[in-house]
Amino acid sequence: MVKSGTIILNTAARFLMPLQLMFSVFLLLRGHDEPGGGFIAGLVAAGAFTLYLFAFGVSATRELLRMVDPRDLIGVGLLFGMVSVLPAWFMGQPFLTAQWWTIPVIDFKASTPLIFDVGVFLAVLGSVMGMVMALMEADKDEP
Amino acid sequence: MQLALLMGFVLAAASPLLNRWFGQRASLVMAIFPAFLAAWLISLAPSVVNDGPMLLEWQWVPSLGISLSFLLDGLSLLFGLLITVIGTFVLVYAGGYLKGHADIARFHVALVAFMASMLGLVLADSLFTLFVFWELTSITSYLLIGFNHTDIEARKSARQGLFVTVAGGLMLMAGLVLLGIASGSWSLHEISQMEGDLRQHALYTPMLICLLIGAFTKSAQFPFHFWLPNAMAAPTPVSAYLHSATMVKAGIYLLARLHPELGGTALWVGILSLVGATTMLTGAFLAIHHTNIKKLLAYSTIMALGTLTMLLGIGTEYAMTAFVTFLLAHSMYKGALFMVAGILDHETGTKDVTAMGGLRKLMPVTAAITMVAALSLAGVPPLLGFIGKELMLEAALGAGSFRPLIVLFAFASAVLTIAVAAIIALRPFYGQRQSTPQDPHEAPLSMLLGPGLLALGSLLVGLAPGLLGGNALLTSAAIAVSGQSMDVSLSLWHGINLPLIISIISLGLGFLVFKRWGGVRSKLAYLNPIMRRGPEAGYEGFMNGVVLFSEWQTRLLQNGYMRNYILVMLTVLIALIGNSILLRHSPQLAFELDVHFHEVIVVGTMAMGAIFATISRSRLGAVVSVGIMGFSIALVFILFSAPDLGITQLLVETLTVILLVLVLFRLPRFSNLSTTLERIRDGVAAASLGVLVFLLIMTAWSIDQFESISTYMVENSVPLAHGLNIVNVILVDYRALDTLGEMFVLALAAIGVIAMLRLRPVEDDDSSAVNGGKPNAKEPYDG
Repeated sequence: MVKSGTIILNTAARFLMPLQLMFSVFLLLRGHDEPGGGFIAGLVAAGAFTLYLFAFGVSATRELLRMVDPRDLIGVGLLFGMVSVLPAWFMGQPFLTAQWWTIPVIDFKASTPLIFDVGVFLAVLGSVMGMVMALMEADKDEP
Repeated sequence: MQLALLMGFVLAAASPLLNRWFGQRASLVMAIFPAFLAAWLISLAPSVVNDGPMLLEWQWVPSLGISLSFLLDGLSLLFGLLITVIGTFVLVYAGGYLKGHADIARFHVALVAFMASMLGLVLADSLFTLFVFWELTSITSYLLIGFNHTDIEARKSARQGLFVTVAGGLMLMAGLVLLGIASGSWSLHEISQMEGDLRQHALYTPMLICLLIGAFTKSAQFPFHFWLPNAMAAPTPVSAYLHSATMVKAGIYLLARLHPELGGTALWVGILSLVGATTMLTGAFLAIHHTNIKKLLAYSTIMALGTLTMLLGIGTEYAMTAFVTFLLAHSMYKGALFMVAGILDHETGTKDVTAMGGLRKLMPVTAAITMVAALSLAGVPPLLGFIGKELMLEAALGAGSFRPLIVLFAFASAVLTIAVAAIIALRPFYGQRQSTPQDPHEAPLSMLLGPGLLALGSLLVGLAPGLLGGNALLTSAAIAVSGQSMDVSLSLWHGINLPLIISIISLGLGFLVFKRWGGVRSKLAYLNPIMRRGPEAGYEGFMNGVVLFSEWQTRLLQNGYMRNYILVMLTVLIALIGNSILLRHSPQLAFELDVHFHEVIVVGTMAMGAIFATISRSRLGAVVSVGIMGFSIALVFILFSAPDLGITQLLVETLTVILLVLVLFRLPRFSNLSTTLERIRDGVAAASLGVLVFLLIMTAWSIDQFESISTYMVENSVPLAHGLNIVNVILVDYRALDTLGEMFVLALAAIGVIAMLRLRPVEDDDSSAVNGGKPNAKEPYDG
């Protein structure tokens, strides 16, 4: 159904996708202070891969993702979400209490909410990509 | 104490391993556990009898005030000893009975888990603990009745037992919650020491009725008695243990436990006496219908359970003494008789007593054990059963209300019980030797040990009740049941009095019934059409009704058409929220229009998109129009300075359009299938929803009952959460638990979509995949 292989789309996708992915990481990291965050970043990243998918098709995208199956991303995302709970637990504080550390050299604020946000990012990316790819593949099966 | 219980469940989990290590000796190895527990309980007995109840507490969920606490008083001690001692015998017996069975490990898992649950039930002090263990006994009982899972009858009986007891369990939960509310405590010993009188409480009647239904279903009281004879589909060790000596007495235990706090009112006395007496007579009467030895015993167990309930209803000091004595006597002789029934079944290959005869010479030990146990059942001196029956008759004669009825029922049941005892003791062992499916031999020692010791116990305790502190234990149990101090001193000889005369008359009449048993049965066969309309028919009708109703509502609501799901959901939403808006709030419809020109344009675009989406005749056009609406909404968010929402809305909208396009290509061409009426209906539903949302917004806008929490969030965003973006702080910090939940929802939805797309039916494959979730599989309900 989706005709892949038009020159403009192919060329655009090739250049846009890395930019979009970088942008999504940027959104993810700055999300705590300025507009952005895991959910938005996940959607942007999913948009990047979907663009690539439209341009080059499912098998090319699978090759791009190599070992990573979108369904695994969902699980890893949930795992990050759960792991971010553990530090508070070891400190004897209530469930999900945020913990903050500063990494000295680069003066970066590391925290459990950030781990949690990465989990949101991965879960959103995995869910959207999983659904889109399943839809595309379902389409391909038909004669 | 919790360690002892925990050990039980650990042992249950380990039993497959033990079976591998010890092979056929695994039963014997596992029997060490209840034997050890019994010894431990006996070692605690002197201090319980002399110093009163022991209490052990362990915090479970401290923030909710739920503790795993245990109470050991005379009543729980008596039950605990029955559970552990008979449990030991049953495990040893099961080793012989199921020798070489492929699934014996599975049997051990369920049986030992049941043992631990039952022990937990009688030792529980917290109402929560009590309920959890109560349900565990129902579940393990289900697994044990359905042990022969290839047999449809066994599965059906297991399900029936589960449904009846678990439905009762729900009532029990309601009753326990009411009890907790009325008394203000979740601990049994605190409730027993309370100042106020629960009988005067406004919740007394509903609470009592809920608790009674729970107890009656568990203890197979009329009209819930029908599941117990069907439960005889279980292997015989299970019948001997669960369905005569222990689990069915859980309801009786609960009634006895609550008797000091709730008993004695007209309601309690009336319900318990009448239900108990009816159950007693029903059980005894139905018993002589059957020639299957296990059914005979099952109905006579129902008779005994009815007797115990009736005694609790009578509630006099005599009745309490009779209660504890009868309880002990019944557990001993009925456990022994069930195990004997298993031996007969095992050796002859039939359960029909009329097909056996003359086995006395081949199985002399079994015959002797049966004789002793059956004499105790019949209530013949010098056995414990005699003392129990004398006390029961005396209590019946001393009943405060319904005395003539109770005495009449008790007399009739005594006659019929004697007939049952004679059938079991004489029929298989005397008379003409008949050919049986298998050649009978004397049973192995492992199968004779349990019933032999139980029968011996009936004899010894009957001859010398004071032996080994028996009187002291029963006194302690009776005090726990009655709530007053009293003294139990059993003796065989009470002098020539009314109960003795009744006993002698019933003995003669019972023997007469036995002599004419064949004739009686053929006469009773005339009653079969009436019997078929009993409570069991009601149960089956109800269950079939449930299935029919589910099928009907599934066809109506879950018919697989997207439009129907949406219509149902919207209608419910409109009805519920609309109702509450119109009745509870009157929305303020007056508002000032203070809009800018660009806002009008955005809203106008949105409205245009909506209108075009409904009238468009092309799918792509409709999708694009919906997209226009979404982007306009994003614009609104940005105009009102919510950049995060705006970005999110834009991205979601983009992805939605992509997903919709991908899906729409798979659909057939646009065509018009709805009638005009359906379209009007859909239009009304859609318009109502629009009006509802409008009203909702106006209502939310006009109500200002609470201070907005946004101030708090804005003020604390940086100091507490080190973040300037409040939306993100809310998502990952303030409300992180909600977000975590949403992540799981998202993941589940995605996995569901992927699974549905990947697992599409293959056209020429088997039809089950094609039918998928459609409710067209019409199977008649078989239980």
